[in-house]
Order: sequence, then C-alpha cells, then structure tokens
Amino acid sequence: MEGYLVAMATFAALYALLALGLNLVWGMTGMINLGLVGFYAVGAYVSALLTKKAGWPMAVGLVAAMLAAATAGALVALVTGRLRGDYLAIITLGFSEVVRLVASNEIWLTNGTDGISGIPGPWRGQVAPATFNAIYLVLSGAAVAIVFLAMQRVRHSPYGRVLRAIRDDDQVAAVAGKRVMAFKVEAFALSAAVLGLAGALYAHYTSYIAPEGFVPLISIYIVLALTAGGTGSNAGAVVGAFLVVFFLESTRFITAGLPGLKPVQVAAVREFLIGAGLIAVLRVRPSGLLPERLPRHAPPRTPSGGR
Amino acid sequence: MIEVLQLLINGLVAGTILAVPAIGFTAIYAVLRFPNFTVASHATIGAFAGYVANTAFGFPAWAAVAVAFVVTGAAGVVNDEIVLKPLRPAGALTAAIAAVALTIVLENVIRFVWGNDLRGYDLPIRRDWQWAGIRVGPQQVENLAIAIAAMGALFLFLAFTRTGKAMRAVADNPMLAGIKGIDADRVARLVNFVGMGLAGVGGMLLGLDTSIDPLTGFRVILSVFAAAVVGGLGSIPGAVVGALTIGVAEELSLLSLAPAYKTAVGFAAILVVLTLRPRGLLGERAF
Repeated sequence: MEGYLVAMATFAALYALLALGLNLVWGMTGMINLGLVGFYAVGAYVSALLTKKAGWPMAVGLVAAMLAAATAGALVALVTGRLRGDYLAIITLGFSEVVRLVASNEIWLTNGTDGISGIPGPWRGQVAPATFNAIYLVLSGAAVAIVFLAMQRVRHSPYGRVLRAIRDDDQVAAVAGKRVMAFKVEAFALSAAVLGLAGALYAHYTSYIAPEGFVPLISIYIVLALTAGGTGSNAGAVVGAFLVVFFLESTRFITAGLPGLKPVQVAAVREFLIGAGLIAVLRVRPSGLLPERLPRHAPPRTPSGGR
Repeated sequence: MIEVLQLLINGLVAGTILAVPAIGFTAIYAVLRFPNFTVASHATIGAFAGYVANTAFGFPAWAAVAVAFVVTGAAGVVNDEIVLKPLRPAGALTAAIAAVALTIVLENVIRFVWGNDLRGYDLPIRRDWQWAGIRVGPQQVENLAIAIAAMGALFLFLAFTRTGKAMRAVADNPMLAGIKGIDADRVARLVNFVGMGLAGVGGMLLGLDTSIDPLTGFRVILSVFAAAVVGGLGSIPGAVVGALTIGVAEELSLLSLAPAYKTAVGFAAILVVLTLRPRGLLGERAF
C-alpha cells in the first residue's frame, strides 16, 4: 500500500510538471496545446536514448531532453504563431501523433512498439527498490517545486504580464510595442521544455518507455488537471494534477467493483469517465478549483465587469 | 511508370473518399467556427452503424452507407446539443478541448460494446479488374461512386435549396444572416447532421477497404485535418481539392517512404501550406 501511494505521488508530480508547462502556454499566453504528450514523448525518448545508448549522465540527458522539446515547441509556435488558435489546436494534436508514429516506426532508434527498456535511474540497482522509489519521489517533488517557483516568477514578472496581455488581446499587445510573435515562440518553447523535463523524469522513473505510453489520452489528463485546478493558476495546475491522479485511481477501484465486465470494458469505462469528467468540469466550473487571480496591481473594476 | 500510374489512381480514389469526412469537418468549421475533433469518433460511429446494418441486417454496402449517414448525423446533432453547444459561448478553443474529450467518450462507448477486435464487413468477394498492369478493385470503384454521389448531393443541396443557401449565409456572415431572420440554431443543427453524417459515411467507406475498430476514425484524423487545412479551413471546394492533394501525396510518398508514414505526409503538407499560404489553397470562403 505504501509503495502504491509513493508511486501515485510520483505520477502526480510528473503530471503536475505537465500541467505547469501547459499553464504557461494555455493559461498565461492563451495558446492551446492539445498535443502536449508529443513534447512529453520527445523528452522521454531523447533522455532515454542518450543515457542508455550513448551512455551520457542522466543530468545531461535531462537538459538535452528539455532542449529538444523546446526546439520542437519553438518550431510549432513559429509555424502557427500568426494564425488563429484553432490552427494551433490542429497542429499540436497532429504533432503528437507524428511523434508517436516516428517512435513506432524508427525501429533502429526507438525499438518500435516494443519500446526501450533498461533506462537507467538514479541509484537504481544500488539501493532497494522501495528506497529508489522514495528517492525518486523526492527528486520529482523537488522538480515540481523548482518549476513551480520559476513559473510563479514568470507570472508575477512584467514578462508574465505581457503574456497575459497577448492572451487577452494580442493586437493590443502589439500596438503597445510588444513583439508578440517572439513572446509566443519563447513561451511555447519554455513550456515545451517543462513538458520535455517531465518526459525525461518519466523515462528514468519507469525505466521503460513505448509509444503506447504517449497516447492523446495523456494530453486530456493534463488539460483536465489544469482546467479542474484553475487555468492560469500555477497552484491550480499542481492541485489539479493530484486531483486527476486521485480521480484516475478511484475509477480503477470503482470499475473493479462492477461485476461481469471484460478487461477491455473496464478500460473503456475508465477512459469514458475521464472524458466525461473534463466535459463536466468545463460545464460546471470552467474557472477551476483555484481560479486565476490577477497578481498584485489588480485593475479597477469596470462597470461592465470585464477582467 | 506503371507503378506511379497505379499509385496515382489509388491516390485519387483515396482522396475522393477522404474528401467526404473532410467536407464534414470543414462545413462544421465554416458555420460554427471551431475545429470539431469529434469528426474522428463520428467516423467510427458511422463505420460501426454501417457494420451493424451490413452484418446483422444483411444490407449491401451502398445501403449500409445510407444507414451510416443517418445514424451518425443524428448522433452528431444529439452530441452537439448536449455537450458542445453549451460550451461554444466560452470560445472556440474551449469547444475544441471539449470536442477532444467527447471523442474519447464516444470512442469508449464503441469500445465498451464491440471491444478492440478488428471487424470486417460482409462483402461479396470480387476479383480485381486489370488493364495493362493496373489493378482496380470493384469495391474501390463502388466506394468512389458512393463518395462522388454524396458530394454531388451536398453541392446540389447547398447551391439550390433554401436551407442550403441559409447555411452558406450563416457561414459567410452570421450577423447578416441573423438580421435576415435565419435561425442560427436550426442551421447549426443542420450542419451538424450533414457534417457528422458525412464523417460517418467517410468512416464506413474507409472501413470497407480494410477493417474497423474503435480507432478507425482517429487513425484518419490527421489526413482529414490536412485535407481541410491545405484546401483552406472552412472552404468546401477547398476540402475536396485538399483531400485529392493529400490522397495523391500520401500514395506517392510510398515511392520513397515506409507505408507507416503515409499519415505523416498530411502533417507535413499542413506545415508547408501554413508556412507558404496560410489561408490554404482556395482561401477560407465557405462555398
């Protein structure tokens, strides 16, 4: 039981990183990323391959993963930055599918659908498995703390204010002399770096990655986490991630209680509940549990009540 | 040379079939102004509706396709009324997010009932036709005819009926259409029926060639997006041009790429077109 809780907390921390990354683009800058699992996958594969096949140290693997994901993010933003958001939705969703396609088919590099196993982890094999899990929970918790603080810093800085201005009306931001395109590309790249970091941490934690671990459903988990927690709020992103893991796990217990279902049906019920959960949150409480509060210097309320 | 010609023919056939769900996606975009990703799950619903009509009730392929159209169209209207319509005021991207969630919900309803196994339609086995080394399957030709018939009917509907004109008016300028007394809600329901119905037909036509499972629709979604974006998002003739382009490009890619990368061709095409001609080949005018 204790091992189970530690594992779930670690996954919640990884999801919290993903949600923080998504919050930077979607919550703060207003650019949607429906294919965030693609950047997660890029990070996981880059770090796994560099540490396992090239024998690089894990720290270098993590940095390389972040750089690779950031590059991919910058490219996606460069192509779509001038277009309306719905194109970005299509491109990001497409990007994640192409990443999975490449991971499934470049067998010489990624081992195809069999996946990569035996990815090194910090002190794995030198300490008892339970100790490794505990160490990893601390490491991923520390990663969440660092990224959270960095994101809070972005949020409260003039830089974050520009991002929010772009989110609310990018033409106004442009008229105010901000280089909207550059901000969009930077925000997307920075966000993708966080997603890539989460992917690398995932790879070193589970020691095994395969294309089936990077399905679009993961993107939905994270969108659900951020929406439930509060889009635009970093604390909301972290809380939402924990809520989603809790929700995911409780569906496991609920469906276990349903008699006479085949395993595929149990899986279908769980995925159904996730999708329905996101729709329900969007309907019932779209601002989330911890709604975004504009930091400091809140503008005076206008009679029309716009934010 | 024969090989290239064969791929070209296959590409044109595949592109014509792809045009059907692409028109559905782009028509809904033209009127409701959000990318409705549930085209993926509705294509799957159509494939399964046609499967039931074909295997349980013994309908021939063309009649099963009609069933797929009606069932999927109705499902599209119901799903939109219940899930997406209330979220549209919150913005196009919120609706897009909800659409992805809804796609997962619908896909899993199918999975719950039919499982993950691959299923095939009950079709008579017919020999391929051959001329000078070029092979064409009778089913391919039938699918092509069905796809062309569906598109022809849609063009006639949009060009000559009052309702079709109302739909185009809303796509062109919703405010003006409202002033002229066109009921936007009714048009929204209609475009959902027609658009998702076409997605269902597309799903079934794709399934007729191979087999179906709960991911049938999702697998083609990249090609459908590509067709719609390359042609110009929201433009129906654009979707046809885009689909033919993507269909031929995907087949010709087989000359130099592994077959698994066929769907990535569509994504590459999106990137190229958005970089060089952001409004697509034919621009964004609806019709």
